[in-house]
Amino acid sequence: MGIKIVVCVKQVMDPETPASAFKVDSDTNKVIPAQGIPPVVNGFDENAVEAALRLKDSTEVDKITVISVGNNFVMDVMKKPLSMGADELILVQDESVSELDAFATATTLAKAIEKVGEYDLILCGRQASDWDQAHVPLGLAELLGLPSITLAQKVDVADGMISIQRSLTDGYEVVESQLPAVITVSNELGEPRYPNLRGIMQASRKTPTIWSAADLGLDAESLSPRLTLTELFIPVSDKRVEIIEGEDEADAGRKLALRLREEKLI
Amino acid sequence: MGGILVFGEIGQNGLQSITSELLAAARGLSAGSGDEVTVALLGSGADAASQDAIARGADKVYSVQDPLLEDPQADAQLGAFEAVCIEVKPSVALFGRTPVGRDLGPRLAFRHGVGVAQDCIEMTTDSATGRVVATRPVYGGNALAKVTFPGDGMQVLVVRPKAVEPLGADSSRTGEVVTFNPGLDPSIVRARLVQTVRQESEGVRLEDAVVVVGGGRGIGGAEAFEMLHELARILGGAVGASRAVCDAGWIDHSYQVGLTGKTITPDIYITVGISGASQHMAGCAASKNIVAINRDADANIFKAASFGVVGDWKNVMPSFIETVRELVNS
Ligand SMILES: Cc1cc2nc3c(=O)[nH]c(=O)nc-3n(C[C@H](O)[C@H](O)[C@H](O)COP(=O)(O)OP(=O)(O)OC[C@H]3O[C@@H](n4cnc5c(N)ncnc54)[C@H](O)[C@@H]3O)c2cc1C
Ligand SMILES: Nc1ncnc2c1ncn2[C@@H]1O[C@H](COP(=O)(O)O)[C@@H](O)[C@H]1O
Repeated sequence: MGIKIVVCVKQVMDPETPASAFKVDSDTNKVIPAQGIPPVVNGFDENAVEAALRLKDSTEVDKITVISVGNNFVMDVMKKPLSMGADELILVQDESVSELDAFATATTLAKAIEKVGEYDLILCGRQASDWDQAHVPLGLAELLGLPSITLAQKVDVADGMISIQRSLTDGYEVVESQLPAVITVSNELGEPRYPNLRGIMQASRKTPTIWSAADLGLDAESLSPRLTLTELFIPVSDKRVEIIEGEDEADAGRKLALRLREEKLI
Repeated sequence: MGGILVFGEIGQNGLQSITSELLAAARGLSAGSGDEVTVALLGSGADAASQDAIARGADKVYSVQDPLLEDPQADAQLGAFEAVCIEVKPSVALFGRTPVGRDLGPRLAFRHGVGVAQDCIEMTTDSATGRVVATRPVYGGNALAKVTFPGDGMQVLVVRPKAVEPLGADSSRTGEVVTFNPGLDPSIVRARLVQTVRQESEGVRLEDAVVVVGGGRGIGGAEAFEMLHELARILGGAVGASRAVCDAGWIDHSYQVGLTGKTITPDIYITVGISGASQHMAGCAASKNIVAINRDADANIFKAASFGVVGDWKNVMPSFIETVRELVNS
C-alpha cells in the first residue's frame, strides 16, 4: 500500500511583478493587483508539488491531493498542480479567511485536511511570496498534533519514516521523523516540472471540489484574526545614483574604478 | 502578566550575535513599558554565557538544564522554552529569524493560540494600548507592513538578524541567574536532527565581508564567476549571487544573497548583471554603497545604487578590474 500526500498551495500575486507596477491602497491597506499580470501558484508550492511527484516517481504513492484556501481563484492558475500530475484539487473559498492571518488559514486547512481524512504526508511551500510569513505549515502541524520539518531540499520516504535534507545557508541538516508529518519545501529541491500536453488534457477534464468555511464547521469566531494590519506602505528611497560615463564602456569601467578610489571605497 | 522573554542562542564562542540583538530590541521595548527583560539560555553553554547576556541587557537569565538539551533538538528546545514561559508568563516572546527561531516562534504562538509577527525589522510599544507594533517587509520587500496584536495574549515576534544594533557589553550591569529544570519528557522529540553537513566557505565569510562582488543572470554562465572571484580577491572581499544563478546551478546556494539567502552589510557591494528584484535587495539593502553594472538603464538596481555604469559587463569589467588592481597595488 502506498502513501497519501496532501499538498497545500496558495494563489499569490506574481512576485516577478516589476516594482514600478507594484501599488498599495493605503486607505484599505491592500495591494492593488497589477493590471494584466495574472496571479500564480506560489513558487515554493510548485516545489512542494514537485517533491510529491518525485516521491510518486520513486515510491508507492496512492494519491496526491492539492488543497488551497482563498478567494477569487483563477481556475487556469489553480489547475497547474493537476497538469503537473497531482490527482485531485480542493478549493476552500471563503471571504472570512483573511489572507494575512496565518491562524485563520491554518485552522481552515487543518479542518479541510481532516475532512479529506486519510493522509500520511502534508507538503507545503517554505513561505508564501505575498506576506512572506512561513507560518501556516507550522501552525498546521501544531493544530493537527504532527511533527514539522521545514526547508526541505530533498525528501525521502521509507517504512513509515521521512528523512529530509533541511537547507541551511551554509549546507544542510538531515532531520527524520515518523509519518504523518508536515514538511515545507524550498527551491533548493530543484525546478518544478513543466506540465506536458497529456497532463494539461487530464487537468482540463477534472473538476475541483469546492468547500466553504461553513462546510468545514468553521464560523467567524474560530477564524478571528490573531494579527492586525495597521499600515501598509511602499518604502521611499532618497538614493540618487551617480552614473559614470566614458568615451566607451571600457572607459566607463576605468572611470568607475577611479571614482570609487576617490571616495575611498576601494 | 508581564515581561519580555528572549529565546537565547549560544554558539561555540558564547552568546550568538542575534541574541545580543534581541536583548537590545527587548531593552527598547522595555523603555516604553518598564517590563523586565529575561533571557532563556538552553543547555550546557548557558552558565558561561549568562554574564554576557546580563552585560548585553538582560535583567534575568534562566539557565535551562535538561539531559534532552545536550543535543540541539528543536522539539526539546521548544518544550524547554514553553516551560520557561509558564514560569515567566511573558507578554512578549522574542526569537531571532535563525534556522531554529524561525520555526519555534510560530510553533509557540500556535500552541498558545496567539499571533506571531515574522521577520520584524522594527518594534515599538503603542503608548495607548501598551501592545507591540512591529514593522515587517512583505511582498518580497516591495512593501512594509505594520502589524499589532489584538486582545491581551502573549505577543510573539521573530526578528530579522542584523536589523537591530546590539548594545555594547556593559560589565557593570547586574542581574539574576536562575537555574531551571524543565523536566522534559523524551517523547516530545519527534523530528530528530541526525546530521549537520556544513559547506566550508573559502576566504572571507560572505556575511562578514566588507567588500562583496555579486553576480546575476546577466553574467550569462558559471565561467564568468571566475572574473568576480578575481575582483573579490583583489579587494579582499567575498562573492555573492542572485537566486536566479544559484537555481541555474552556476554557483552553490550558499552564495545566495536575499530574502531567502544571506543578509550582507558590506561597505561596498559591486553588482554585475543583477536586476535588483526586491527579494534580492532584501538581503543587501543595508550595504553602505551599492555599485551597479547593468546594461539596462531602467533596472531596479540603479534605484538603490550610489554609483553605476550602464553597459555590457563584457566591455566594462576588464578595464574596471585592471584599474582596480593598479589602484590597490599602488
Ligand atoms: C519568495 C521569493 C524569494 C526570493 N528570494 C530571493 C533571494 O533570496 N535572492 C535573490 O537574489 N532572489 C530571490 N528571489 C528571486 C527574485 O525575485 C529575482 O527573480 C532574482 O533576484 C533575479 O535574479 P537576477 O537579478 O540575477 O536576474 P534577472 O532579473 O534576470 O536580471 C538580470 C539582469 O542582468 C542584466 N544583464 C543582462 N545581460 C547583461 C550584460 N551582458 N551586461 C550587463 N548586464 C546585463 C539585465 O539587464 C538584468 O537587469 C526570490 C523570489 C521569490 C518569489
Ligand atoms: N491560503 C492557503 N492555502 C493553501 N496553502 C497555504 C495557504 N497559505 C499558506 N499555505 C501554505 O503554507 C506555506 C507557507 O505560507 P505562509 O505561512 O503564508 O508563508 C505556503 O507555501 C503554502 O504551502
